[in-house]
Amino acid sequence: MPSKLIQKYMREEHLPHIWCPGCSHGSFMRAVAVAVDRLGLDHDKVVFVSGIGCSSRSAGYMDFNTIHTTHGRAFAFATGIKMANPELEVILFTGDGDASAIGGNHLIHACRRNIGITTLVMNNNIYGMTGGQYSPTTPTGEFGTTAPYGNIDRDFDIAELAKAAGATFTARANTYDLNQATNLIQKAIEHKGFSLVDCLSICPSYYGRKNKKGDAVKMIQWQKEHTVSVQKAQNMTEEELQDKIVCGVLCDYDYPEYTEKYQQIIDRVRKD
Amino acid sequence: MTKVLMQGNEACVKGAIAAGMRFFAGYPITPSTEIAEGSAVELPKVGGKFIQMEDELASMAAVIGASAAGVKSMTATSGPGFSLKQENIGYASEAEIPCVIVDVQRTGPSTGMATSPSQGDVMQARWGTHGDHPIIALSPSSVEETYRLVIRAFNLSEKYMTPVIFLMDEIIGHMREGVEISNDIEVIDRKMPSEDQKENYRPYDCADGELVPVLAPMGKGFYYNITGLLHGGDGFPTNDNEVTGRQVLCLMKKIEDNRADICQSESQDMDDAEIAIVCYGGTARSADEAIFQLREKGIKVGMFRPITIWPFPEEDFLKATKNVKKILVVEHNYGQILLEVQRLAKNLPVEFLGCINGKTISPDEIIAKVEEL
Amino acid sequence: MKKELMIQAEWCKGCGICAAFCPKHVLEVKNEKVEAVRKEDCILCGQCELRCPDYAIWVEEVSE
Repeated sequence: MPSKLIQKYMREEHLPHIWCPGCSHGSFMRAVAVAVDRLGLDHDKVVFVSGIGCSSRSAGYMDFNTIHTTHGRAFAFATGIKMANPELEVILFTGDGDASAIGGNHLIHACRRNIGITTLVMNNNIYGMTGGQYSPTTPTGEFGTTAPYGNIDRDFDIAELAKAAGATFTARANTYDLNQATNLIQKAIEHKGFSLVDCLSICPSYYGRKNKKGDAVKMIQWQKEHTVSVQKAQNMTEEELQDKIVCGVLCDYDYPEYTEKYQQIIDRVRKD
Repeated sequence: MTKVLMQGNEACVKGAIAAGMRFFAGYPITPSTEIAEGSAVELPKVGGKFIQMEDELASMAAVIGASAAGVKSMTATSGPGFSLKQENIGYASEAEIPCVIVDVQRTGPSTGMATSPSQGDVMQARWGTHGDHPIIALSPSSVEETYRLVIRAFNLSEKYMTPVIFLMDEIIGHMREGVEISNDIEVIDRKMPSEDQKENYRPYDCADGELVPVLAPMGKGFYYNITGLLHGGDGFPTNDNEVTGRQVLCLMKKIEDNRADICQSESQDMDDAEIAIVCYGGTARSADEAIFQLREKGIKVGMFRPITIWPFPEEDFLKATKNVKKILVVEHNYGQILLEVQRLAKNLPVEFLGCINGKTISPDEIIAKVEEL
Repeated sequence: MKKELMIQAEWCKGCGICAAFCPKHVLEVKNEKVEAVRKEDCILCGQCELRCPDYAIWVEEVSE
């Protein structure tokens, strides 16, 4: 029998999950369970939504109302769910390809509306489920099975993209500091409006192997050495920050949430 | 009972709201836009919600999401948008989430002719999304029928937990006619599981012979998974071929075994008819006038009109055409329902009158064609 | 309440993350499964539970 946390929040009968050894999706999924537990959310009112890909298998493992949707469209499904019942806490699992390639349009419009959805991007810089093709977050020059001579595309910063599109809470977490990741996910769930956490995940099987990054442990150690907190980054020069990834809360401000604004329309129309 | 003058698209909105629609997600596209506009105006008045999504894919997805949360939902589009919705129509079919998809058909292919009539999406309604799947499609021939039939579309969708295609055409969508708004309508709501099913809830199990799953709306404490992957009783994906085979078979059979309840058609002047005109939707209006004039001339012609397009009302068709000598299929395309008719008519000669240039098939053209036979 | 290190070996995929980040070098991966080879050194800090992507190792409160 697994830990009490896992028993309470996951569908034990479907574990162990399908992810490869060392893949950090499982660690982030646990962090979500801890955040939900700490917040004491009403189990019945939490809905997990996901798209397609390795990341999106997460929803099915959570013992809640869960919906595993179509590739890229999780944001639109989640929008319908939240509109239908704003009481629901809608948490969305997605990946770098799911969220920023095929789902890019849906992502930016969900951000723009500031609808109350918490998005966790399990960003491992590769399409894992299909065997290691380059994604919109594969760094320029790195390799994938469809970038055999090096990726010539520029890579997206998904947190910046979301912020620019109007998300009112964005953060970045990494696999080394999972306590920070849990705290950030907790803050994202608490935030009213659209929130997004760019979770830097590791894919030793495809991204790691293809780019000679070493095993899971080496990849986590790389993250330890190449991530800095927002606070620390404030006192660093541009040169010092060149090979660093800034983690922590990147943007957090108040703006009316979409379903609340729509409720105001209903109230106004029905009063007249 | 009051009679109100309205447009087909407007009647579609009124009927949908009467059926209990409380969520609409759409994207502007001619000639269906009035349905989105009407929904935007009317829904908040009844506590419902409208959203204009970023594209057709998203509006179909949002509709499924809202329905999974327990709210009757609809989207409306035309050919180009209908193509884009196919991905998630397949999802709704496999995940068994009820919803209504209105397609006000316009001339295709591709962007085609945005304001011109067509019935070119009949086969797309049947086979537009990939893989084997069941579908229900209904097609109204008048504004009043639009009002009544869209209510039926919602009812069938909730009863059979399936997407229903409401196959309108530009003729009916933009036609204005008097509609009798009756309060005497039947509305079917989704079944709810009983509280004692919360433990080990397996809504997709169809082992006990029940083909239609009873899916609890999200937020009610019934935990299960919804997915487009073939799945077991708890909705969790599986590669067990026995389970997946049973799941898809249930999906097909819930529609197949209930054809008698789902299929509707209308036979007009068929009792003594020697020639049967098979047509549906807006085209039936031209056929109606043609039959009137042909009968005046003493030609024994009648009409068989499928109202349920998919599944095609086979038994009704065979019964109606039992004594005819010839069949003429009239539709606004290059021959789509024609293929169904040819398959069923076997030894009877089947003639065809179609139209693909965006104009309306006139009664005169039908009269001329019948006189040629 | 007493705490105890728990292992569910059948869920372990042998990635070695827990062993690498254990501050007291309690864990080793043998035949692709984690083992607490120096259990007496374990300080029950929970780093392994935090990091294990497969929920195969954790610290549990047990009644004495």
